[in-house]
Amino acid sequence: MNREVYGKLIFECSQPGRRAVKLPVNTYGKALESLPVNLLRHAGPDLPEVDEPGLVRHYNNLSTNNFGVDTGFYPLGSCTMKYNPKINEEIAADPVTGGLHPAQPFETVQGALEAYHTLQEFLSEIGGMSEFTLNPYAGAHGELTGLMVIHAYHDANGDTARDKVIVPDSAHGTNPASANVAGYKIVEVKSLPDGTVDVDDLRSKLDNTVAAMMMTNPNTVGMFEKNIPEIARLVHEVGGLMYYDGANLNPMLGVSRPGDMGFDVMHVNLHKSFSTPHGGGGPGSGPVGVRKGLEKFLPNPRVYWNEEHDQYEVTCADADALGRISSWLGNFAVEMRALAYILTLGAEGLAQAGPMATLNANYIKDSLKDLYKLPVPGRCKHEFVFDGLADKSTGVTTLNVAKRLLDFGFHAPTIYFPLLFHESLMIEPTETETRETLDRFIEVMRQIAREAAETPEVVLNAPLTTPIAHPDDTQAALTPKVKYADLQD
Amino acid sequence: MSQHRYMPQTAEDIEKMLDRCGAASVDDLLADIPAELRMKAPYDLPPEHSEIEVRRFFKRLRDNNEPLVCFAGAGCYDKYTPAVIPSLMSRSEFLTAYTPYQPEISQGTLQYIFEYQSMMCSLTGLDVCNASMYDGATATAEAMMMCVAAARKRNRVLIAETVSPVVRQVVATYARYHKVQLDTVPQTAAGVTDREALSRMLAEGEPVAGVIVASPNYWGILEDFTGLADEVHGAKALLVMNCHAADLAVVRTPADWGADIAVGEAQSLGMPMNYGGPGLGYMCCTKALMRKMPGRIVGATTDAEGRRCFVLTLQAREQHIRREKATSNICSNQGIMTLWAAMYLSVMGEKGLREAAELGYAGAHTLAEQIVETGTAELAYPESPFLNEFVVRLKYAAADDVLLMAQAHGILAGVKVDEDKLLIAVTEMRTQDEIDDLVSIFSFFTEETA
Repeated sequence: MNREVYGKLIFECSQPGRRAVKLPVNTYGKALESLPVNLLRHAGPDLPEVDEPGLVRHYNNLSTNNFGVDTGFYPLGSCTMKYNPKINEEIAADPVTGGLHPAQPFETVQGALEAYHTLQEFLSEIGGMSEFTLNPYAGAHGELTGLMVIHAYHDANGDTARDKVIVPDSAHGTNPASANVAGYKIVEVKSLPDGTVDVDDLRSKLDNTVAAMMMTNPNTVGMFEKNIPEIARLVHEVGGLMYYDGANLNPMLGVSRPGDMGFDVMHVNLHKSFSTPHGGGGPGSGPVGVRKGLEKFLPNPRVYWNEEHDQYEVTCADADALGRISSWLGNFAVEMRALAYILTLGAEGLAQAGPMATLNANYIKDSLKDLYKLPVPGRCKHEFVFDGLADKSTGVTTLNVAKRLLDFGFHAPTIYFPLLFHESLMIEPTETETRETLDRFIEVMRQIAREAAETPEVVLNAPLTTPIAHPDDTQAALTPKVKYADLQD
Repeated sequence: MSQHRYMPQTAEDIEKMLDRCGAASVDDLLADIPAELRMKAPYDLPPEHSEIEVRRFFKRLRDNNEPLVCFAGAGCYDKYTPAVIPSLMSRSEFLTAYTPYQPEISQGTLQYIFEYQSMMCSLTGLDVCNASMYDGATATAEAMMMCVAAARKRNRVLIAETVSPVVRQVVATYARYHKVQLDTVPQTAAGVTDREALSRMLAEGEPVAGVIVASPNYWGILEDFTGLADEVHGAKALLVMNCHAADLAVVRTPADWGADIAVGEAQSLGMPMNYGGPGLGYMCCTKALMRKMPGRIVGATTDAEGRRCFVLTLQAREQHIRREKATSNICSNQGIMTLWAAMYLSVMGEKGLREAAELGYAGAHTLAEQIVETGTAELAYPESPFLNEFVVRLKYAAADDVLLMAQAHGILAGVKVDEDKLLIAVTEMRTQDEIDDLVSIFSFFTEETA
């Protein structure tokens, strides 16, 4: 990563008259001016005027102020920043697939539909579910879709009084937000000191107004919810459904299947467990799976095999379906990457991913727990949470530790989440990192702990070597400048 | 256990690491998982594939797809992708980064999002743009929820029938579960929003929080919204306009029509169709609504040394702070697709966008005229102005007949919108020769062949 700030905006590379494009000449003899003038734009948009070499250099330089998985270790808890294989990119960039229109006749897109259907089946096998839709665009979109499945299921049963969704207090913020968007009230269930669900508290909150309970497993502290069979039994007993948030599915690969744990509906994040690139935030993909009996509630459009026509087809006409949550069949190019990934790992490789992710996490945890406070001891799964430094006398916070890590060429862990602890520092190494990388990270974390004790100002002032340092968030929020024109005011 | 190329742990590594953890085996680390929940059998999945085999697998699939010369649109368009975009987008510093939580090492992402926001504001004429919409349909659904949230006690939203049915279905799905009363404003025989009906619906029934219209609408028609914003605002509702991003370079802007929120699909900014995704949704709004807008927004600020820099801002609006009070659950941004849009708009510039739009316009009007000249079809909405997409009604054949024959000639003739109607789009990618080929297919379906 370039540690000098590049900083220029494309608008600042602009000179009137420059061009970066040449289009075919319009030989039709028709011009836009024939349209009614009040339907046309009176002044053109204010866009940069740049040449092609200048544009290429701008974005190249911009990229050097960014840190990706290919740059270095990215132990961002709950985000599963594993290696993004290059072959997947090659597959996703295929120009033939790129040129397929979603309204093409089925017989001209059999390859695409087979790919969709195959991935759907693979995910069903991995999740222990009956059928998946690949349409949701992101993890949060998957949650929303899953809750709509649950809503549609209760509606179909005439069970319309259920208006609550139970969410652990350690849950990802998207869980309650998704429940709210899906029209549910949220009931929080407490966690025990070890971060797992307090079953007694849960019991007191269960009745026939509960539509569902949403959980990750392992939970956000990285602990496996051992009581999950009991939890599922209790929720099912009052007629509710169990929703599995697949954000933490990675350590379960090869170990346990959500369907076998008692979950009825789940989503997976293809950009987490299935290695598709996060792309600076997106596009992701959040396929939703359901157990047997709930398939008909999955959203339109649906891909299925038509025996009679001997081909894959797409239907939008399922009357029981929850409705439609996407324009077409989701982020198809992202789905292709995940399919390539599953094939590349194969049954055996995929089954190694979960245990190796768990091994890497425990290795870091056990190498640092003397210097960092481990609020929940014991074997973690793919991730774990420190509650800041063990020595609380130094004045060095989790934020400081995170920023100091940047100086050593590491991305920071997730910080101040989960909300269960004041100084949460959530570390998820994933299975694709070498022992040498983990050793170097451990060494640096130990050095930071030493610095906190001996030269705390070094940590408190971090980062010292990044392109920019200590951006003023308050100024950004108080006087929002959210577009180039705002900078010129 | 064989060594997989994505997993570096050797037998020696594993032994040393287990030693540090005080565990005898990897299975020891999983001992807290009840035995009955452990997988009993290996996955029923294919074995590990070499790269050669993965390529072979996808080649077989690719060979089972048939690319067609595309005259279909309906929200997804065959657009020109400048070569620089996929090349620059594949820079792993962009592609393999996550949401810019650490601004110190994410200025690349933050800055391109800021560029994207600036350009989209310029296209729509509005003040603020977020970076978080999945597609045009879900962006419209988010706009509906935003109207309801902004209006507080009003819970009814009107949507024009001329908005794409796909978008309307998605909005209706969100409305159903979010308990919003969604009413459809009918269209006239000219394929545009029935303004009298709209006036009645605004005046009668539950108070309205928002009105959603589109231009160009599903039929490709540029609707005249003169006086609409005043009327909607007079009813204390918000006006939402759905537009395809690329069209905004030439058509009257949502801001100019008086819209409060502009949403839509940005796939038309040079993104491959990719069988429907990923595209990109966009959402812009007025300054007054800034703090009601869902999703991520990047703002400029300065760092400790006074250098200009960029951060995620206004985050108090978001679900990870508001949790159960959130009116949107979107928590990511559409990073790399916003980069795509920013690069596309930079490559094209105002002039390039206009030239591309004009090629689509001129090609579509040429095609429409030539189809009408064959005498086999007529324009379904001859009085209504269109940009680059239009509906023809076949006089003597079914839409399926034309689609089938065109397909035999390697052409996707359009999207069937009724038994005898086709929705046809022309972009800068089509040539006069291709237009001639499609016209010759139409000319086959005369009264004699009926």
